[in-house]
Amino acid sequence: MINELIHAVALADTPEQLVKAVQNLAAAKDVAAIPTLIAVFGYNNPTAAAIASAALVDLGEVAVPELLAQIDDYNYGARAYSIRTLAAIAHPRALDVLVSAAATDFAPSVRRAAAKGLGRLHWDKLGVPENQTAVQKALETLFFISQDAEWSIRYAAIVGLQGLANLPDLQQPIHTRLQEILATDNEKSVCARVLLALSQ
Amino acid sequence: MIEPSAEEFSTENGPQLTPEVAIANLQSSDLSLRYYAAWWLGKYRVKETAAVDGLIAALEDEADRTELGGYPLRRNAARALGKLGDRKAVPGLIKCLECSDFYVREAAAQSLEMLQDPTAATALIRLLDGGVAKAVQVPGRPHLTQPYEAVLEALGAISAAEAIPLIQPFLEHPFPRVQCAAARAMYQLTQQPIYGELLVKVLEGNDLNLRRVALGDLGAIGYLAAADAIANAKAENSFKLIALKGLLEHQLPQESDTLSISDDAIRVMNLMDSLL
Repeated sequence: MINELIHAVALADTPEQLVKAVQNLAAAKDVAAIPTLIAVFGYNNPTAAAIASAALVDLGEVAVPELLAQIDDYNYGARAYSIRTLAAIAHPRALDVLVSAAATDFAPSVRRAAAKGLGRLHWDKLGVPENQTAVQKALETLFFISQDAEWSIRYAAIVGLQGLANLPDLQQPIHTRLQEILATDNEKSVCARVLLALSQ
Repeated sequence: MIEPSAEEFSTENGPQLTPEVAIANLQSSDLSLRYYAAWWLGKYRVKETAAVDGLIAALEDEADRTELGGYPLRRNAARALGKLGDRKAVPGLIKCLECSDFYVREAAAQSLEMLQDPTAATALIRLLDGGVAKAVQVPGRPHLTQPYEAVLEALGAISAAEAIPLIQPFLEHPFPRVQCAAARAMYQLTQQPIYGELLVKVLEGNDLNLRRVALGDLGAIGYLAAADAIANAKAENSFKLIALKGLLEHQLPQESDTLSISDDAIRVMNLMDSLL
């Protein structure tokens, strides 16, 4: 049964057929579908990709190893979906991938997705002291990219920092950094996002 | 038209100049160095007087010509001057609106839009002479007789209310991009939602490039009622984020030291967050 659904995705030769086939595969909620759902990210069909991503987020932690292994280094559109999906599942095993995507990917869409994700990983799934170093790494990365030349990267960094500020130890340094951005950033939208973060 | 600048690639490449070298290069005997320097000064927003003066002088360049009689250096100089934000460039740019080279006229109109100087209105309006009937494709060239999109957008941006009756007919121009530019200008000049809604309608259309254009236009006019339609449009998130940023900026007070955020601003930011 699941093999037929997987096969149908490969056989689809119109965008509509693809969307339908991915919908059917997603509805099966079967771990055997994971590699195929990830492959859909590379088909340049945003509707199908969004369905596949939602299905993977539903499957959750079990999809993480395959998502990490199957990141497409040659297609930034597909890569952005992988990073967004990893960010939504929020398992801290994705930390290293999110850090390098946020700091060094050339595609802003990938970097923004990673920055947002860095603020919302489930740190409690890591043991002590591993969770301490992991949180520090996320914080350093977000501080670093909060100085990026591109406004949308700084905006995403603020969203990430707001997420991290849920950790009591980090509230003070994040608050200080946000105040700095507010005082120095020349994009009104970035400053407005800081105000929103500070008010929440 | 002015392409919305959703750069999916970083642009940290090309030979690295300094402002001094770039300004000097504007008068190099090597024409390609002049051309590159003019682009570079705009790209890196080199606002010093010597750069502005050098670029204004380059608007009258006669040395750099294409086979078809175009003026590459003038085009780049005109584009750069828009980015530098110095209204000293306005008279020179207005003169460029009469240049024989279409692309110089287009670049000048785009830069006058950015500089938002009302003194350009009369010269811009002159380019609409003959109305829609004259706004046809030049045989054998990929453009119309005038840079209508840029002219319409500029007239909207500089609040040239006297141009409304001349702009309105362009809502019926056969080219959808020109219609978008007209809708954008009409909204800016009248604040009537029907013109914003014309652009929202384009977001639902089948042409991706046109949807991107409409996103850029909606961001430029800050049409708040389009927020959800923008977030749901079938286009890349980079374009949607730029559009929503435009909406957000229209919701923020002009004076940045009194920045406060309204519920509408928060609503727009929540949409932006969802697109990261």
